[in-house]
Amino acid sequence: MAEPASPAASSATSTGAGEARVAAAFAAAREQGRAALMPYMMGGFPDAEASRAIARAYADSGADLIELGIPFSDPLADGPVIHAAATTALEAGSGLEQALESCAEVSDRVPVVVMAYSNMILAVGGEAFASRLADAGACGVIVPDLPLGEGAEVREAIAGAGLALVPLVAQTTEPSRRLEIIRIAQGFIYAVAVIGTTGERSGDVGEALRDFVSDLRERAEVPVSVGFGISTPEQVAAFGEVADGVIVGSRLVREVQDASDTEAAVAAVSRFLSEAKEALDG
Amino acid sequence: MSQAVEERFGRYGGRFVPETLIAALDELTAAWARAREDETFQAELGRLLRDFVGRPTPLYRAERLSERVGRRVYLKREDLAHTGAHKINNAVGQALLAKRMGKTRIIAETGAGQHGVATATACALLGLECVVYMGAEDIRRQAPNVARMNLLGATVAPVEAGARTLKEAVSAAIRDWVATVEDTHYVIGSVVGPAPYPALVRDLQRVIGDEARSQALDAEGALPERVIACVGGGSNSIGTFYAFLDDPVELIGIEPGGEGIESGRHGASLSAGSTGVLHGALSAVLADEQGQILEAHSVSAGLDYPGVGPEHAHLRDTGRASYFPVNDAEALLAFRELARLEGIIPALEPSHAVAWLLAESGSESEDAAASASRPGAAGAGAQDGFDLLCLSGRGDKDLDEVIAKLAEIDG
Repeated sequence: MAEPASPAASSATSTGAGEARVAAAFAAAREQGRAALMPYMMGGFPDAEASRAIARAYADSGADLIELGIPFSDPLADGPVIHAAATTALEAGSGLEQALESCAEVSDRVPVVVMAYSNMILAVGGEAFASRLADAGACGVIVPDLPLGEGAEVREAIAGAGLALVPLVAQTTEPSRRLEIIRIAQGFIYAVAVIGTTGERSGDVGEALRDFVSDLRERAEVPVSVGFGISTPEQVAAFGEVADGVIVGSRLVREVQDASDTEAAVAAVSRFLSEAKEALDG
Repeated sequence: MSQAVEERFGRYGGRFVPETLIAALDELTAAWARAREDETFQAELGRLLRDFVGRPTPLYRAERLSERVGRRVYLKREDLAHTGAHKINNAVGQALLAKRMGKTRIIAETGAGQHGVATATACALLGLECVVYMGAEDIRRQAPNVARMNLLGATVAPVEAGARTLKEAVSAAIRDWVATVEDTHYVIGSVVGPAPYPALVRDLQRVIGDEARSQALDAEGALPERVIACVGGGSNSIGTFYAFLDDPVELIGIEPGGEGIESGRHGASLSAGSTGVLHGALSAVLADEQGQILEAHSVSAGLDYPGVGPEHAHLRDTGRASYFPVNDAEALLAFRELARLEGIIPALEPSHAVAWLLAESGSESEDAAASASRPGAAGAGAQDGFDLLCLSGRGDKDLDEVIAKLAEIDG
């Protein structure tokens, strides 16, 4: 090996390597007989330093994968909590660079999948964006406003950097379109649990959602994770019964928002993740 | 053979939205493709445009303005449409379409409140529930329009995010729609947003240009040499331009130059923006080098938007239309100038177009001549041709602000 790169960085720069790391994380959880725990955090929120501490806390508290949001001014798929966090992060001077510091902080321990909006990728350029993610050790990308049929050049650039492009599937997605998304999915499929934006909800796993996720799991070769609206350890356990992975976002971002300082934020997210992990194991 | 509802205009347009909305956009595209070919729908829309909106609006030969600029100028009087602006053409059409699609709830965004009032009006007419998202700052600035919407039975939902203006109101409406897409239709107010909206809104606003073209031929026996309109999101301008696309007619769009392009405080996405995605479409946007969307600035709330319709970006790139910025101060002076020359109080939005015309002919007031640069203003056209300008709305809504700002300018 000519380069003294970290294991994560070197693995993610070869084609498909990000996808392999994601697959390994799901497989490890499955071996333990549970769904993967996939907490979301807003990169650079509330500021760059606190964000790195929160990333470490996620890794220490049993996250199987971390979903890392890049702060964006106009996040159309996000509800008020994550939108407000993005605004705070931007006001604190955080952008792509600061958010990726949180990625680099933990990407050798836990696979990180970045969530970014189309305009940020177009502004930086597909290739430059993908290579910066790969350099920070990221395994994949979720672009919530790049549905099937848009952004061919962005897709190529992401694949070229060895990153998995994780697609979203909604309950409103037509059957033929679902099949096409499943066909090109990399890493995992992000099944949107609610008809709506991100944010805490109290709902149970209903019949329709159970059918929706199990249909996806039957057809897809990659794992299927559910997210949007999942906000208690009990919900994590319930959704973990039907999916390969469970994503928790707004609840954790709110814990950080409400905390008086970084130490309190770290304690709050650690406590939640430990309880969620326990609920999944139970 | 009917033409498909366009999803893209050259490289621009598309549907950069959460997956949850894709099925609804497909449904809307299919519904519009059928409705616009459907004689019953068109007859009903035509009846409402005639009897309720008051169409056709006149094409008025503005004698004293013509004298001032040294060539004949016709004004397309959208200010005389019901509710005082062209916005009603789109609102009535989309509300009728929503009803046909079986949707029972309508949402809309509004900046100054004109589109909100138009949508609330159309919903009252057709018996639909109506929620209008409006930035909290705009609610404060536009109290009379908030009162109008409430009176018409609509709910005005304040938006507290960001700068609490139009951009955030659009985002809030889209987020509502993501969650309510099964029974709700989103009546977007301009030729922006994901496909099919840019084509749908243009189709509903093209009545402006279709009427104006035929009225110009009646009046002059010839086509205008130049067609001029203001461009915020771009609905009155595309509605006016569309009928003339295949004609040997110069198309000129006037953007809000705010405090000047060099000040960075403007809303001129086409003249000074970059290519990017805002509210679901690839187009010209105001964004920083990281892709964060910037706040626009204009004295005119209706032009205060950091994006523009994708078809305009395409018309700019192909050279078919030209776009120039006009500053706040010039627009304010043109507002007064038109009132005194023609007895017409224009909205601040088309006052930008009037200002460009005055400046271009070298006949603006001395104050305006001293105020700013006008890249497009060099050299008047031939003297035998005539101009057609879309006067997209009336200025009652702007009186308080204009009077205060003119007092500052007059010192």
